[in-house]
Amino acid sequence: MSQIQVQAPGLLTTVQDLGREGFGLMGVSASGAADPIALRLGNRLVGNADGTAGLEMTLLGGTFLLPQGAVVALAGSDFTANLDGVPVELWTSVKISPGQKLSLGHTRSGSRCYLCVQGGVAVDPFLGSASTHVLSRLGGFEGRALRKGDVLNTGPAGGPFRKRKLAQWAREALAPRKILRVTPGPQTGWFPASSQQLFYTCTYRVAEESNRMGLRLEGPPIPARSGGEMITEGVSLGAIQVPDGGLPIILFVEQQTTGGYPKIANVISADLPSVGQLRPRDEVRFELVGWDAARGLLREQEELLASKELILG
Amino acid sequence: MELRYDFANMSAPTTEGARFQPASDQSLLIYFGQRITLEAHQHVMRLLRLLEAEPVDGIRNLHPAYCSLLIKFDALKLGHGDVEAILRHYLDRLEAVRLPEPRQVKIPVCYGGECGPDLNDVAALLAMTPSQVIELHTSATYEVYFLGFVPGFAYLGELPPALVTPRLATPRRRVPAGSVGIAGSQTGVYPVATPGGWRLLGRTPIQMFRANRSAMSLLSIGDRVRFTPVTQAQFAALEEA
Repeated sequence: MSQIQVQAPGLLTTVQDLGREGFGLMGVSASGAADPIALRLGNRLVGNADGTAGLEMTLLGGTFLLPQGAVVALAGSDFTANLDGVPVELWTSVKISPGQKLSLGHTRSGSRCYLCVQGGVAVDPFLGSASTHVLSRLGGFEGRALRKGDVLNTGPAGGPFRKRKLAQWAREALAPRKILRVTPGPQTGWFPASSQQLFYTCTYRVAEESNRMGLRLEGPPIPARSGGEMITEGVSLGAIQVPDGGLPIILFVEQQTTGGYPKIANVISADLPSVGQLRPRDEVRFELVGWDAARGLLREQEELLASKELILG
Repeated sequence: MELRYDFANMSAPTTEGARFQPASDQSLLIYFGQRITLEAHQHVMRLLRLLEAEPVDGIRNLHPAYCSLLIKFDALKLGHGDVEAILRHYLDRLEAVRLPEPRQVKIPVCYGGECGPDLNDVAALLAMTPSQVIELHTSATYEVYFLGFVPGFAYLGELPPALVTPRLATPRRRVPAGSVGIAGSQTGVYPVATPGGWRLLGRTPIQMFRANRSAMSLLSIGDRVRFTPVTQAQFAALEEA
């Protein structure tokens, strides 16, 4: 067991694993890593199981002191990391000596970077998961984002250090998309053809007030037909709901579990990790695909992630 | 027109009207009608109970609501057609499902003042006195239709018709935890501080959701709830306890 001392927390750094599925009855959404593919690969690079808890950083990374040293990997977006001033490569396992300091800066690409450490970040699980649910202050480290001075423990580290690297072809194949593929939403029929045409042809911009609960989009409003009375119902991850003003919101990992606004579309499962890498002011477009195509794309993605040539070393 | 309901046999309602609707590539909605009725809600609860008693491999989460259930599944194992086919068999057996006696839960509420900043406005809007609003709100027994929105938020209904009020035109940025609000014909308690557009009549000192309690959520689907008025002093005493 070793420690991670937080010298600077970054903008919003939380403990995340792959979330807690199965508690919708209590109104608890799954939470979990915003870019689960990055977390899974980061874990593999340090020899952890895919679902091991790591630190999710947002837009601006933190500074961490590792008094006992550790084996770590950074995955996801490039947050210009350095180890005692020496640049640290993304998607690569790194051995940190006792007392070394890992510092991350502003993102140079997407919204999130994961710090995965051999043995994982150890917190008491809540409903079987280490994931922080920021809004309801549950799970993770005291149910909140990390602060300066926090000290986290890591789990028992297994095995000696091995240099591992994500293959270049995999980085390209798994790069976040800016054109999100979607399937129809349960209330697609509530939107006149003109609204649907706008939705699929226009470029939207991610609004500043976006977070793990939802991404607000700015662009042409797409009003639903008036007079429809929507009864609150369960909402799925990646649902694109359209409130009265006509500006869409993508419901994300800390989503409300039920909602009363019509949904025009739903981001396909394979593209949800890309949503986790969208930054405020990023531009995004939507492309409609069918149900079978959506499932096929998810299967392809999982096949790629199961490939033996994915990680070198 | 096809006759959907046999009125002589309403205690064993038919589920022929159940409608399936894909919501995403990994979720399926099942609707029992398009109106909020206790009958539709009974179907939701029976299906839930059956799915809890006999879980389906590959079904990962259930999100019940007034007259619908959202079923999240593992899209690598199942498709919408598979899930629908499995659920049709469950639907055939719904009538035999027995629901447990509802639990009765009393929630103490300090009405008005700082605890209930909208009480006076609601009274004015409905042309009554604040005490009439309190009397009406505490007179009814509410059904927990489902928990949703955030952990532990119970959607309770129905409000006495005289209390039906639209939600605030501009939602508050922060509603304190424990706030008791009304919106349309619903009422509910905010378990944690969140933004919210319901009109706030009062506040309860009871914690609606606690991670370190064996039953984390005070309320569960199907419970019956009554609100009981307490004074500011009682509120403070209960809050400390």
